[in-house]
Amino acid sequence: MAVDPGLPGAARTQLAVAGARATTAAALNRKGSGPRVQEGLFLALLLLAVGFALAGLAALLVWSFVEGLPRLDANLFTQGPSSLHPETAGFRTAILGSVYVIGGVIALIVPLGVGAAIYLEEYADKTRWWNRFIELNVQNLAGVPSIVYGILGLAFIVRGPLDIGFVAAAGSMTLALLVLPTVILAAREAIRAVPPSIREGALALGATQWQTVRRQVLPAAIPGILTGIILGVARAIGEAAPLLLVGAVTFVTVNPSLFEGRFTTLPVQIFNYAGRPQEVFHELAAAGVIVMLVVLLAMNSFAIWLRNHYEKKLS
Amino acid sequence: MTQETEITPMTEPQPEPPAHDALSEAAADPAAQRGVETHVVPEHRERKGGKTDAVFHIDGVGVSYSGKPAVRDVTFDIAENEITALIGPSGCGKSTLLRCLNRMNDLIPGCEVSGHVGFHGEDLYGPRVDPVRVRTLIGMVFQKPNPFPKSIYDNIAFGPRVLGVKGDLDEIVERALRRGALWDDVKDRLKDNAYGMSGGQQQRLCIARCLAIEPDVILMDEPCSALDPISTGKIEDLMLELKERYSIVIVTHNMQQAARVSDKTAFFTVELSEEEHRVGRVVEFDDTEKVFTNPADPRTEAYVTGKVG
Repeated sequence: MAVDPGLPGAARTQLAVAGARATTAAALNRKGSGPRVQEGLFLALLLLAVGFALAGLAALLVWSFVEGLPRLDANLFTQGPSSLHPETAGFRTAILGSVYVIGGVIALIVPLGVGAAIYLEEYADKTRWWNRFIELNVQNLAGVPSIVYGILGLAFIVRGPLDIGFVAAAGSMTLALLVLPTVILAAREAIRAVPPSIREGALALGATQWQTVRRQVLPAAIPGILTGIILGVARAIGEAAPLLLVGAVTFVTVNPSLFEGRFTTLPVQIFNYAGRPQEVFHELAAAGVIVMLVVLLAMNSFAIWLRNHYEKKLS
Repeated sequence: MTQETEITPMTEPQPEPPAHDALSEAAADPAAQRGVETHVVPEHRERKGGKTDAVFHIDGVGVSYSGKPAVRDVTFDIAENEITALIGPSGCGKSTLLRCLNRMNDLIPGCEVSGHVGFHGEDLYGPRVDPVRVRTLIGMVFQKPNPFPKSIYDNIAFGPRVLGVKGDLDEIVERALRRGALWDDVKDRLKDNAYGMSGGQQQRLCIARCLAIEPDVILMDEPCSALDPISTGKIEDLMLELKERYSIVIVTHNMQQAARVSDKTAFFTVELSEEEHRVGRVVEFDDTEKVFTNPADPRTEAYVTGKVG
């Protein structure tokens, strides 16, 4: 998925759109002929870049639908993986595994992400070096490759201090660490967008800082925070690499549980099916991609709708 | 608790004024008991018609932001049940001084207050004074109307709710809205979002919101600067009504407004300090009539007659 969760909203797409719009506007306003050639060239370059990005996405979508459409049936959701009967095999255990892992991720990132964001925005004294250090680190962590989090999860969660083994909860914790910086950054942005006059108004009425945050700032920031959480979760759903390291296996026929036994998730299962030589598994993988795309697009659309809806309400 | 009996005369006759509960709650907190509340007792309140006493006793107050002085050597008293206007050119420290009076300046990093601010005889910056409690006694209305993005009802009820005021919330809301001269405008749409009101109504809502916690003083920081003349007139009428009950300090850029509503006026100006900083200070403090008709200082005269400024 070409969704970059580093910023709320697909940042790459936004950048491309903004660049194209600015260029167009500049080209329309300019009257002279000299710079116009340059403008035209630059615009063409930008359109080319956008075209490449869209072409990649389109190719993926077309391939998935052409390959996977015949396999989109109920078996996909009710059957587990099978080597003997690939024509009726499905993603049941993988979908359930994803639900378990993502449920754990949500349970972890909501309190931790929002708490950290509230601390950094409302309480941290920015003149202190340690607060600036934390901020810098959160920003840097958002750019760390996911496989590094997988290694971290393997060393500290599966083995090491926590030692909970190769279970779904380990996957949840690892993915939570992975998306936490994104959620913190988005939640901070949402909290910062609440006008200071609202805080002043509440404090001037004798509310304590916590009452101000709890009763005024947070309710006003919730749509933005939710957007960040949804985008973070959308990224977590699509991750396969770190999960491979913390124990997601590719062939699980029993339904998973949080703290016992092996688990698998949708992207890991797709990875497995796609790697098999038989054509029938490739179709299965394509059908899985469609399921994931639908889930991801639905989540992203919901996040965007939520943001727009509440933005209108607040202004 | 002594202050209960002291506060009563200023609340409307009704069985349980919310101020009681707010202050009894404060009494439960031993720090607050030793702090400002115990000394806030306005004993003079029952002496009507006599010489009015000082609510604020400002003595040699200076404020600096990160070491840079913004205003200094301010000395005057703010009297009870009067409207005191702070006027002067931009950057002269009027708003800065106003924000010292309910310790809103505490929220600005690097802000330091020197000198003495007395509130009913108690040092407002004393070591045992809780700034949160101070703000329940000294309300504030801001330059730009800042209603909460909630219903009209919830805007008014916020203060009593966070202070844990017991009693009929509907009644408290209605009383605050009536005192804020807003009840007739909004009684049928209390559940509507406050953002749907006009600017003038929003500002009156902010005043009513502040009245709901039964403060002793209301500080107003250019409350009409974002409003049209009709809304401004309504707020000025409201201020004249409110001063029967509350003491009001208003910062304004509008000299006609100061002349119309205030009893006392402090004129601030900007001077260059030895270190070439622009520092505000008070040039003249007197009855409004005298400041506007027969000022003692030529700088005041130049400003109020519109020659400079």
